Amino acid sequence: MNADTAQPACRHCSWPLAPTMPEAADGFCCSGCAAAYKLAQRHAVTSNGRIDAVPPLDYGRYVTRLPDGGQQMLLMVEGMRCAACAFLIERTLNAVPQVAARMNLTTRRLTLRWQGAPERVNALIALVAAKGYQLMPFDQSVLQSTEQRETRHILHCLAVAGFAAGNIMIVADALWAADDGTMGQGTRDLLHWLSALIALPTTIYAGQPFFASAWQALRHRRTNMDVPIAVALVLTSVMSLVETVRHGQYVYFDCVVMLIFLLLAGRYLDRQARGRARAAAQHLLAMTGGTAVVLEGDKTRLLPIAELQPDMLLQVAVGERIAADGVVAEGQSEIDPSFMTGETIIQPVGPGDRVFSGMVNQSGPLKVRITAVGQDSLVGSVIQLMEQAEQGQAKYVRLADRIAQFYTPVVHVLALGTFLVWWGLLGAGWQPALLTAMTVLIITCPCALGLAVPAVQVLASSSLFKHGMLLKAADALERFAAVDCIVLDKTGTLTLGRPQLINAEQLPTQALALGAALAAHSRHPLARALLQTAGLSDPEAVALVTEHPGQGLAASWQGKSVRLGRRDWCGAAAAPADTQPELWLQIADETPLRFVFADMPRPDAAAVCVRLRAAGYRLRLFSGDRAPVAAALAEQLKIPDWQAEMTPLAKADAIRALQGRGHKVLMVGDGINDAAALAVAHASLAPSTALDIAQNAADMVFQGERLEPVARALATAKRTQKLVKQNFLLALLYNLIAIPLAMTGHVTPLVAAVAMACSSLLVVLNAQRIQFGPKAVA
Amino acid sequence: MDIIVYLIPIALTLGLLGLTGFFWAMRHQQFDDPEGDANRILFGDEPPAPPEQNKDT
Repeated sequence: MNADTAQPACRHCSWPLAPTMPEAADGFCCSGCAAAYKLAQRHAVTSNGRIDAVPPLDYGRYVTRLPDGGQQMLLMVEGMRCAACAFLIERTLNAVPQVAARMNLTTRRLTLRWQGAPERVNALIALVAAKGYQLMPFDQSVLQSTEQRETRHILHCLAVAGFAAGNIMIVADALWAADDGTMGQGTRDLLHWLSALIALPTTIYAGQPFFASAWQALRHRRTNMDVPIAVALVLTSVMSLVETVRHGQYVYFDCVVMLIFLLLAGRYLDRQARGRARAAAQHLLAMTGGTAVVLEGDKTRLLPIAELQPDMLLQVAVGERIAADGVVAEGQSEIDPSFMTGETIIQPVGPGDRVFSGMVNQSGPLKVRITAVGQDSLVGSVIQLMEQAEQGQAKYVRLADRIAQFYTPVVHVLALGTFLVWWGLLGAGWQPALLTAMTVLIITCPCALGLAVPAVQVLASSSLFKHGMLLKAADALERFAAVDCIVLDKTGTLTLGRPQLINAEQLPTQALALGAALAAHSRHPLARALLQTAGLSDPEAVALVTEHPGQGLAASWQGKSVRLGRRDWCGAAAAPADTQPELWLQIADETPLRFVFADMPRPDAAAVCVRLRAAGYRLRLFSGDRAPVAAALAEQLKIPDWQAEMTPLAKADAIRALQGRGHKVLMVGDGINDAAALAVAHASLAPSTALDIAQNAADMVFQGERLEPVARALATAKRTQKLVKQNFLLALLYNLIAIPLAMTGHVTPLVAAVAMACSSLLVVLNAQRIQFGPKAVA
Repeated sequence: MDIIVYLIPIALTLGLLGLTGFFWAMRHQQFDDPEGDANRILFGDEPPAPPEQNKDT
């Protein structure tokens, strides 16, 4: 061994190779890098080859000039799996002179800065693409969403409230501990003024989220939880200020500040929990702004999808999504329409056939004459359908706001009544009467009510997140809890949505190994499925592999010619046919062997269906696939109600009909044909493998190969709702005891402060029970 | 009780200092990528020396 010669570097991480490692032969330093490289390659189907073949896209509009003369660009990274990927990308780029790259792992965005011409970015992107990752430019305007600005604002408010609460408590402690004997009026006044100095600016600044929301509600003649909060904040501050000026005994400034702090903390955590889901959705949104290759005479041009026009000639490479609706002008291939129709069968296409945007080109390059883009395309019309469905649906009113609708008037009438009774009937002066009325308002402090929902929700959504579920809508858990009927899509939802080899046992081992060795050279989904099941035992077994677009692979094996591909190409045209996807393997002149594939149900689909039915849910299967396929799956999973060959519109209508009969429907689906149904349904769930549009329409997204998250989401929602109701009950009980005491004038400031803190604490503690509670479905 | 004339301003100043620090950290993007920063310490800047076996012979 000689280490002094220039050491070969790892193909993945560029670290020196250790010749003793078995992976060194393939050019990797360790098995981890080899695996990561393969994984990344598989997810970057289109990036390689395209960058060499086509003139680079003009990224100019994404580049920002920095004040120091450098250039900056934000990019999305596709194919990134872990922190190691992130640092590999950083290292690759930072090795280039005058380039600085920084990955943000939380948002999965790359900030790229470089000196020199804006065009340099193309070379940099190609550099990363060679490692197997795909970089997409990212419009910076998307980044500054209002949602993010609001979260940032709440954090600012929270910091200010926290600072104020800490300081005002020092003062308040002194005031509570002292009485007339130990503290003179002068000191008391000084401390009151000091409290006012801290509390008033804090209320004005940190109370903004509540004032804004309450004002919004009142302007639309509605009321929400923020109305009583805002009223309490303003009244308490004003009354305390009046008391301070009048050299009064008691002020409530500390209560105001603590209230703001606690409520903001709840609100911030609530937002934080949903932040991840929102980031994922944003990522997807940016991804749709991809690019397409357009042919103009002999030249090719890379255009953003948004700038495509009808009558342009589109070049679609193998493995690429077709960017617009059109008619095939040239080329033979197969397309995977599963995303439109839910059908798993791959269709052959040739000149004159219609193709739709979103379909994936499987086996040969195609030239497509565009007929419709954007809104006019089939996908566009489905999106419109979905948007209409979302607008048509009456906005769901959250439980907390429904309670507020009763709570606000009742409390304010009670306070007014207290004032009138003390002033009019009992003959008290107007000042003591007003003071008692204000105490009623303060002690009914909406603190516990305001915390009842967020406290539980934060814990529930973080528990769901740990199990791979992302909650997208704030009120989703409430709606999940009301569900009594579950509609399931077939492809990609009940099934894994990708073909799997099902007759491996009946085939000779040698044929399997040979098939896998051939299949390793193709990106066709059936070839990948074959490779996955059979495993690659001897990659060197075959030589001279050539891919024949639309036909299959040919190679030589032990001196014989072998073919893997379509039945007529492999000399099996006469074999009995059925509708299942298949591949044929022919070795020299021997009888061809058939590999049969099927889309298998998720491993725990049957068990979950049984459990859901046992829990009292009605299950339905709505499929866009053909009747026999849907029937077979319904039979296997014992779902009695099923419908097949449903169009996207029919699915949405059927769900509307179910809801018209009083059912609360949960839709679980993943295709673009489910998007409208997801939007119409009372609650909706999509797997993370779903298309972006379906993920956007769904209330919750789940990860993994199992169907169990459906059951878990429903169980968690039910439990969350139970705890929320308990919390409201606790808050109500507290008020039932405290209000009469306050109305009769028996509440001293100390009692009020302790009672209010206790009620909040009780609610927060009760919310913790969601972590310990019985697991209804685990 | 004259001491409070000094103590209260000191307490407030210290608190304000913390608040300013927090705002500074936010403005300088200290909280933008908690996940990345947690992982970053695990990755060295330089590749480690090649394994021992290579240095033999």
